[in-house]
Amino acid sequence: MSLEELTSYNWGIMTPEFIIVGVAALITILDLFMPKKQDRRILGWIGIAAIFAAMVSLAGMLGAAPDSILEDTFRLDSFGKAFKFLLLAGAALVLFLAVSYKADEGLEEYRGEFYYLFLTGLLGGMIMTSSGDLITLFIGLELLSISSYILAGIRKNNLQSNESAMKYVINGSIATAITLFGMSYVYGLTGSTNLLAIARTLQALADAQHAYLLGLAFIMIFVGLGFKLAAAPFHMWAPDVYQGAPTPVTAFLSVVSKTAGFVIVARIMISIFGVAATEGPGSIPILYNMQDYIAVIAAATMIIGNVVALRQSNIKRMFAYSSIAHAGYILVAFTTLSSNFFYTVWFYLLAYLFMNLGAFAIIQLVEAKTGSTKISDFAGLYRRSPVLAVAMGILLVALAGFPGTAGFIGKLNIFIGAFMGQEPHYVLASIMIATTVVSYFYYFGIMTQMFFRPAADDSKFTKIPVGIVVVLIVTVAASILFGVFPDIAIDFVNENFNHFSDFLQ
Amino acid sequence: MDLSFVLSILVFSPLLGIIVLAFMPKTEEKSIKIVGFLATLPALIASVGLYLHYLWGKDLSDFDVAKEWITFGGLQGTEAGYWAVNYELGVSGLTMLLVVLTAVVATLAAIASIYIKKEWKGYFMLFLLLEIGMLGVFTAENLILFFLFFEITLIPTFFLIGKWGYFEKEKAAYSFLIYNGLGSAVLLIVIMILFAKTGTTNIEMLTGIMNDPNVPISGDLKLGLLIALLVAFGVKLPIFPLHNWMLRVHVQAPPSIVMIHSGILLKIGAYGLIRFGMGIFPEQFETLAVLLAILGVVNLLYGAFLAFIQTDFKMVLAYSSISHMGIVLIGLAAMNEAGVQGAIFQVVSHGLISALLFFLVGAFYERTDTSLLENLGGMAKGMPIASGFLLAGGLASLGLPGMSGFVSEFMAFLGLFEEMPWIAAVGCIGIIMTAVYLLRAVLGITYGQAHRDFTGVLDLKGVEFVPVLVLVALIVLIGVVPSVLSSPLQATLETIMLGLGG
Repeated sequence: MSLEELTSYNWGIMTPEFIIVGVAALITILDLFMPKKQDRRILGWIGIAAIFAAMVSLAGMLGAAPDSILEDTFRLDSFGKAFKFLLLAGAALVLFLAVSYKADEGLEEYRGEFYYLFLTGLLGGMIMTSSGDLITLFIGLELLSISSYILAGIRKNNLQSNESAMKYVINGSIATAITLFGMSYVYGLTGSTNLLAIARTLQALADAQHAYLLGLAFIMIFVGLGFKLAAAPFHMWAPDVYQGAPTPVTAFLSVVSKTAGFVIVARIMISIFGVAATEGPGSIPILYNMQDYIAVIAAATMIIGNVVALRQSNIKRMFAYSSIAHAGYILVAFTTLSSNFFYTVWFYLLAYLFMNLGAFAIIQLVEAKTGSTKISDFAGLYRRSPVLAVAMGILLVALAGFPGTAGFIGKLNIFIGAFMGQEPHYVLASIMIATTVVSYFYYFGIMTQMFFRPAADDSKFTKIPVGIVVVLIVTVAASILFGVFPDIAIDFVNENFNHFSDFLQ
Repeated sequence: MDLSFVLSILVFSPLLGIIVLAFMPKTEEKSIKIVGFLATLPALIASVGLYLHYLWGKDLSDFDVAKEWITFGGLQGTEAGYWAVNYELGVSGLTMLLVVLTAVVATLAAIASIYIKKEWKGYFMLFLLLEIGMLGVFTAENLILFFLFFEITLIPTFFLIGKWGYFEKEKAAYSFLIYNGLGSAVLLIVIMILFAKTGTTNIEMLTGIMNDPNVPISGDLKLGLLIALLVAFGVKLPIFPLHNWMLRVHVQAPPSIVMIHSGILLKIGAYGLIRFGMGIFPEQFETLAVLLAILGVVNLLYGAFLAFIQTDFKMVLAYSSISHMGIVLIGLAAMNEAGVQGAIFQVVSHGLISALLFFLVGAFYERTDTSLLENLGGMAKGMPIASGFLLAGGLASLGLPGMSGFVSEFMAFLGLFEEMPWIAAVGCIGIIMTAVYLLRAVLGITYGQAHRDFTGVLDLKGVEFVPVLVLVALIVLIGVVPSVLSSPLQATLETIMLGLGG
């Protein structure tokens, strides 16, 4: 590749990534040269500013036609833009939590990492949303994963944090290896790592034997990515990791990392297996052939997530299972693949981002106050701080999917998708609704604690950190706003993303 | 004059009260109670306005509102109007009556909330939210909006029971939440299937589409959907095997909330069966008529026999509610004009009667700390006026001619005798049993043997007279001049009958 070729690329489409990578590097260097005693919190605020700058530059590219550089390895299409917004918004809110976070044993010695690792993780996610090549997808995935591994174990004198990181590294690496093995089959069959090239080759695939091989590849990739999404039966790591990691990291894993997981699933599944013919050109794509398997995993994920959450006494573990359950709901949309698939998934992740991060903000606050993460710590929250209790109440109701909240609209989109089409998925949708009712038990269990039970100590919450206030205001407002006026979201998508129709071009 | 703003104001007016309450200090018991009460008045005035509008012979459709609200999928190129869920409110004769009933009972229940002892601020905010939900349920013109309001009633009720109820309140709140949650989950499935198949949730359009012989929706699917609806609303009504939660709620919730629960919330089930079950699936409804009649008779008898052996007056009334809801089913199963009219009459009449009885239960409990029949014996001595009203309520409930209960039972059975005389004949035992258990309970309380000394117990006083007098007056009014209900219902009934092919 000559220099001329390099400079001829439209590097502008990578501006958001450049901003993030530049600021991450800047923070690293600042961290090195700052005096030891100096409060590193300022680095977190710089990170937040960087994310907003990236968002603004991304917003500036909304109208642009899809473009790709570096031989199609990096493409900025409407899918990429839409999901990048989610990742950026999620990461910004997580950083607000992070600057308000205080660990018991003090994070002072390694506070710098705590901020820039969120940025590198975010960068990994952003690369995934925009990659048109298996290699860049994989690099993005690894960048995100490795950042998350370190973040999970960042409290290095804390036993649980260590356990959490250890489990995460081992499980995560195995999953990555399996995914990579699956990808190697695809490469072997098609001789390319470029998604579009792969798709072109596979569309013309005539040999049924190849279809079996592809089926195997599909299962391996899906299993590997299933780890990332914490889909059952590959969800075991999630509760332990969520429990041990510092709360902002848990929030990051459950929102940003999960969103990125769905992004890579969509990129690989839809563009490779969604077009790969089973028996010669024009026949059913493999993805549709495999629908039953995805359906089983979706159902298992919803059932296990919701049922096991009932038995938890630790709030972070409970939210781990709750986030497993939400992944299951989104997998329902993957199973049914309606014509609104992208919008459905995007909206659900948007709603989930706000509901979940808001809940984590309150968890972090209560944890800081009481020093533990038991659900019973929420007892009497209403008496201690009515505003916090009502905010948590709204977020929980949204997570449970009651009408008037964003969670409800997200679920409706999924249902409509499930009932439309030639073969309505009655069973899967019924499981989803039934498990939603099961989820009332544990979400309302927290409500019972907050509103009905007396508090162990009556001390009020004074001096709520500004970062948490920001997160709470944004998340509660958004959870209601998108529930009452969901057309704001759909109009935004329709105007700017043209129904994601450029996904496969 | 453009009247389309009236319903929105009617439904959302309690919101004003919530906002005012939010800024009040939570220790001001008296002013909180007054604000809570006042906040129910705009809806009451507006609903009476609706009735007057009707009386003056004007069209109720003047009030219809439709505004664009949500688009689903946003599929480009779909027919306009489809895949959109609008904000649509409207009233017909039937829903107007239910709205008036709701507004009246809500205002009276707000008065009955004088008995609430703690955290009045939170109580009234939830109470008003509940009222928004109830008013919305009856005025919503599409299924999604209906479902939204339906669920809005769920959350405040959960807290109202769980926080302000009696001894086993949390258990009652949970069983309320889970039973009703399951019910609404089933309802949501039905709504989404209808939406996905037809592209609309507007009730009128759906009725048209589903009854159009050219629409390719199989009879089996329709039957399945109707059965699902029956389960969904059967939880609410409640129909026999699905009733357990409701007993707990009746016993554990504070009396003012039971007034609303028994008076209005149960009626949502009946309303749903009439409007959606009968309206959208008339043919399939016919095939289920015998089943419904049997379920109705089972409800009637089961409730009546168990009410007879209860020792707690609240339990008597809870089983009595089950029994009386059996009459609603019986009337619906008849599927003729008399039957359906009887069912609707029963809905309204039972709403008023049970509100009256539960208000009195609250008044007794306030003074004696008990609702056990045994302990309450001989109340006529200490509280002659309250006992008199209790007797009146009991007589109305057992269907004494001249009161609202009689008209509704009479018509419901008249309808069923025409269609299924044998089932109706069995059901008649229930009417006798109703008289037996109610007289046992009521007479036991008023003139029974006194086990406690009630001297010094004060009779009804001051503001407590408002609910009893209003309710008794309405009960007698309906009993003597049934046309206050039947004439607004005429148009609704004709539409339903047209759908049923009769």
